[in-house]
Amino acid sequence: MTHLKTKHRLLADKAMLWIVCLFATLTAVPLFAILGEVLLRGYDQLSWSFFTETTPTAYKAMKAIEAGEPIPGGIANGIIGTMIMLGMAAIVAVPTGILCGAFLAENPKNRFSQTVSYLTDLLQGTPSVIIGIVTYMWVVVPMKGYSAIAGSVALFVMMLPLIIRSTEETLKILPASLKEAGLALGGNRARVMLKVQLPAAFGGIFTGVLLAISRVIGETAPLMFTALGCSFIRFSIDKPISAVPLLIWEFFNDPNLQELIWGASLFLLLFVLTLNLTAKYLAKKWNQ
Amino acid sequence: MESVKPILEFNKTCVSYTKQTMAVKYVSAAIDRNTITAIMGPSGCGKSTLLRAANLMHELYPNIRVDGEILLNGENILSMEPVDVRRRIGMVFQRPAPFPTMSITDNVLAGYALNGIRLSKAEREETVERCLKSVALWDEVKDVLNKKGTFLSGGQQQRLCIARALAMKPDVLLMDEPTSALDPIATAHIEKLMQELQKEVTILIVTHNMGQAMRISSKSMFMYLGELVEYGDTATMFSTPKDERTKAYLTGRMG
Repeated sequence: MTHLKTKHRLLADKAMLWIVCLFATLTAVPLFAILGEVLLRGYDQLSWSFFTETTPTAYKAMKAIEAGEPIPGGIANGIIGTMIMLGMAAIVAVPTGILCGAFLAENPKNRFSQTVSYLTDLLQGTPSVIIGIVTYMWVVVPMKGYSAIAGSVALFVMMLPLIIRSTEETLKILPASLKEAGLALGGNRARVMLKVQLPAAFGGIFTGVLLAISRVIGETAPLMFTALGCSFIRFSIDKPISAVPLLIWEFFNDPNLQELIWGASLFLLLFVLTLNLTAKYLAKKWNQ
Repeated sequence: MESVKPILEFNKTCVSYTKQTMAVKYVSAAIDRNTITAIMGPSGCGKSTLLRAANLMHELYPNIRVDGEILLNGENILSMEPVDVRRRIGMVFQRPAPFPTMSITDNVLAGYALNGIRLSKAEREETVERCLKSVALWDEVKDVLNKKGTFLSGGQQQRLCIARALAMKPDVLLMDEPTSALDPIATAHIEKLMQELQKEVTILIVTHNMGQAMRISSKSMFMYLGELVEYGDTATMFSTPKDERTKAYLTGRMG
């Protein structure tokens, strides 16, 4: 009797294991399907010139298609625009986010910080298209034109809550003994934060920043209202500028440029994956 | 006459976490200069709480209230700036906590960096050597001073933390079970070290280990349920405890 029962329990255990494995595999399917699709379609287009040349005009692309040649040009204008806007957004968002996160981690019970914390959650959940339209009202309208500045303001707003959260979480999991040891030596709270806690949390914070960048690099909606797009390489920050996700949308809308969609998508996808993997690797290394 | 005057004095010190419960109840005791005083008692008796109050660690946690007085050279530290108090009263914690991002040198000098005090190169070298020598760590680490402090063994890390506290030249050194996370050899090292150190600094140590209290301290406090039950010469307390509760604890019937 007992033997039978044991057998039954072992069987149930095995069945459960299979079910769990099945569902775990199912979550990986969409990722690999997307990766496979983009890789297969975009692989051909990746070449050196794809990264160094700007978007071709519709006319040039049409000519190339008629002659049966591959479409010339690339996405250099988009890559440079993305980098400029991300860079400007990060320069402001990283210090602001770290200071804010440090404040939240240090004063978890104060009413002000609880409010700020709640607002951070709300900001993180705000649809990006709304951030785009609001930035349009705030920056594009007063400046009388689309610009890289406006785009980076939108990206800044999207990055900020992510950096605040990751800084706060990392500081909170540091052992309390570090902070106490710093204070016991007579340091004030600001110096202990700056010289002991933040350096100890560096790995986690840096990972958070990388994840925040990879999170907003593919944002398209807010840039449509702010950066607009531009078909050539531009470094001035008060003029409309291109970005890789914007280009994908432009290619989709232009029948002559559709072949470029997949190359641009593949670049964006690989870039985000690399950032994510780097972040994971750093987090692991930091935890050791 | 100077040596007769106590360096640290608890005067009806009370610590409470909530309004109803007091973790430390009306403790009064005077600590003599250049001695080692042990605080003993079962878990939760308030001994660490009392020790941490002497370093104003409770300021970090707004719900903790401290009443009464704690006098350092006759001055009530409860009404002083925490930053000033902690510069004169150092603390060593249960788990060795060298700053993980700093080298051994920087760990020793961390107190200066955290206080915004700039030292010349010669002063830095002199301080590092003096402090590491006083914790008998110099010979072991003098060739790896630029390595991270976390590479050291547990006992070495704890000695580094003591050196770090000594670098600020404190009057009093508070130690919260400094050897409970260490093996017997490292423990013996640190006990020997403490006896050397009492020439320059007054040590107040919380310990679970009765043997340790007997070996190193000249005076002992026994605390139970937040009260200071007995305070006196260690040898006398161990041989002829006055209170029934002290006796029960020392003979292993309690705690």
